[in-house]
Amino acid sequence: MNNPQLTKDGKLKHLLSIEGLPKSILTEILDTAESFTGVSEREVKKVPLLRGKTVCNIFFENSTRTRTTFELAAKRLSADVVSLNVGTSSQSKGETILDTVDNLIAMHADMFVVRHSQSGAAHFIARHVGPHIHVINAGDGRHSHPTQGLLDVFTIRRYKPDMHNLRVAIVGDVLHSRVARSEIHALTTLGVPEVRVIAPKTLLPQDVERLGVQVYHDMSAGLKDVDVVMMLRLQNERMTGALLPSAQEYFKCYGLTQEKLALARPDAIVTHPGPMNRGVEIDSAVADGSQSVILPQVTYGIAVRMAVMSMLAGASE
Amino acid sequence: MRIQIKNGRLIDPRNGIDAVLDVYIAAGKVTAVGLAPDGFNANQVIDAAGLVVAPGLVDLSARLREPGFEYKATLESELQAAAAGGVTSLSCPPDTDPVLDEPGLVEMLKHRAKLLSLAHVYPLGALTRQLEGKQLTEMSELTEAGCVGFSHADMPLTDTLVLRRAMQYAATFGFTVWLRPEEAHLAKGGVAHDGEVAARLGLAGIPVSAETIAISTILALMQDTGARVHLCRLSTRVAVDMVRQAKKQGLLLTCDIATNHLHLTEHDIGYFDANCHLKPPLRSQRDRDALHAGLADGTIDAICSDHAPVDDDGKLAPFAESEVGSTGLELLLPLTLKWAQATATPLSAALARIGSIPAGLLGIDAGHLAVGATADVCIFDPEQYWKVERSVLKSQGKNTPFMGLELAGKVRWTLVAGQVVYQA
Repeated sequence: MNNPQLTKDGKLKHLLSIEGLPKSILTEILDTAESFTGVSEREVKKVPLLRGKTVCNIFFENSTRTRTTFELAAKRLSADVVSLNVGTSSQSKGETILDTVDNLIAMHADMFVVRHSQSGAAHFIARHVGPHIHVINAGDGRHSHPTQGLLDVFTIRRYKPDMHNLRVAIVGDVLHSRVARSEIHALTTLGVPEVRVIAPKTLLPQDVERLGVQVYHDMSAGLKDVDVVMMLRLQNERMTGALLPSAQEYFKCYGLTQEKLALARPDAIVTHPGPMNRGVEIDSAVADGSQSVILPQVTYGIAVRMAVMSMLAGASE
Repeated sequence: MRIQIKNGRLIDPRNGIDAVLDVYIAAGKVTAVGLAPDGFNANQVIDAAGLVVAPGLVDLSARLREPGFEYKATLESELQAAAAGGVTSLSCPPDTDPVLDEPGLVEMLKHRAKLLSLAHVYPLGALTRQLEGKQLTEMSELTEAGCVGFSHADMPLTDTLVLRRAMQYAATFGFTVWLRPEEAHLAKGGVAHDGEVAARLGLAGIPVSAETIAISTILALMQDTGARVHLCRLSTRVAVDMVRQAKKQGLLLTCDIATNHLHLTEHDIGYFDANCHLKPPLRSQRDRDALHAGLADGTIDAICSDHAPVDDDGKLAPFAESEVGSTGLELLLPLTLKWAQATATPLSAALARIGSIPAGLLGIDAGHLAVGATADVCIFDPEQYWKVERSVLKSQGKNTPFMGLELAGKVRWTLVAGQVVYQA
């Protein structure tokens, strides 16, 4: 099977998922991002790498944070940026995904940043576009959110440079989480020897251990001696079905408090992809505490997205 | 019209024939096998040297999309696909629009098929009106109109009291109930096997228990009612075990599997290949191995194409939003041969799975070439490879996971009631 994300000579063509990318490309993205962290701190926050290029953000599913960071990343690379919230416009008028994409291709877009509620939507669009157009997956259903996974490992690498000597726990709704899947693949590809997932059975996919993780249902056992705690967002709608009995019970068993965090290594860091549900999956004291790196994650997110966009633009030349 | 088929290797599983023998056809019937009848004067001689001459294939599940879904396929396009695939008799599920729940609709379908004269069409009637799972259909009248059994297609039948009564009523008249075992709540929203691939791709899963719980229910109701049931398209290892046990206990149970499940697993979904969006979902390697074992020991009776042509737009969507199904009539023979070759199954035994055995399940006189039989014949070259391509497929549906692959087994002639309906 051809890897749809790479060109024939192994360069990044689309960023659709972390799975299937070699370690060398992940490292290249992280190293490139490192060089961009300075740009955002300058007085003139721009480099001309994407000058004359048009980046289209197509969000079939609403998002504020991710869309904004992609916009900023593209603008800091001097691209022209168009953002569409299709979730609230043409899709509801019966236009198909491909109709929307074709219209933007006709406007000579060079790069698409897409988010969609269905797993595989980014692959689907990437299969459809011509060879000179690049697709970045900004989240497809439960499948993948590769730039989030990358910014998470970028953050971890900044605080814990020796990835080969880390114990990481991912806590929460793995079943519905594209972030968790991206994190798992990013961590295992970069050589993290122990990745744990901690959740009740209702929030874990069948055969999740086949992804190369160790499964814990007891949070105290799972957090013991870890270097990194990666929290997942719990969507409110998960509370209404039969997945969980209540937010209170979930917080009691799987919410991250100072007490539980004390079981991890003393220098452990805490990440969260945002937006947070304080008091559901994470206690405010932890979210705002000294071990939290949640705000740096947002800052690094821009550098990582700049790195991905600049590498994709380079692949076409 | 008198036809002589000469020099071919005649394989007629039901009559235990596998030898080079000529077949003589007149007035739509087989008049002699081996030596020519006295004074036989053929209008047409088909030289089948190097080819296999077999009874026309019998497919247990082919959606023809008429009435109601003509944008996906038409009766004519799909019956031409049947002819090109060597399929001369086929059974179609009732989930058309309108649903096949009234005798008039069944008569119309039979009539339209008869005018085309490309294959014999045997509809399965709806088990409940509108397939809504509430009210029984007029099974006796529907049978008079041409239905050979009653099915709930892929629609959920969650009310076990209705299912029990439907089985009781069918059993009253000795009708067979055709059910695809799937517990509706467990399958709801699912699009792939609840396993490793669904976990990786973030697709909603359909657990094995969706199939096995449904089978448990059906088996219990069979015990209650004495109904004869055919389970359509098994997919899991545990299901095969359950059917094996039930058959040992003497229940009137039969079952089939689809060609796709004979060869593919969840891993074939690859990067969200919508052609692998099928029902039941493609399962694990272990499940596929168990299906092979079930065929080998006779637990699984027949192989069907599960033909479900989908228009291109139907597959042009992210995996979960794409339409379910794949075209299959033209692949039934080559995919069965591929299985036979991989498992060293004798050709005759393989052909029985798509000929005489399904004919028996449908209760129709087909799938054999004894003297006096209707001259439905499939003449094919088992060695000739052909590439599955859009331009080659007669079916209006160009959707199959096997697109672009080369398969052995090329149909050269198809005869229906003594008339050549396909030649290549």
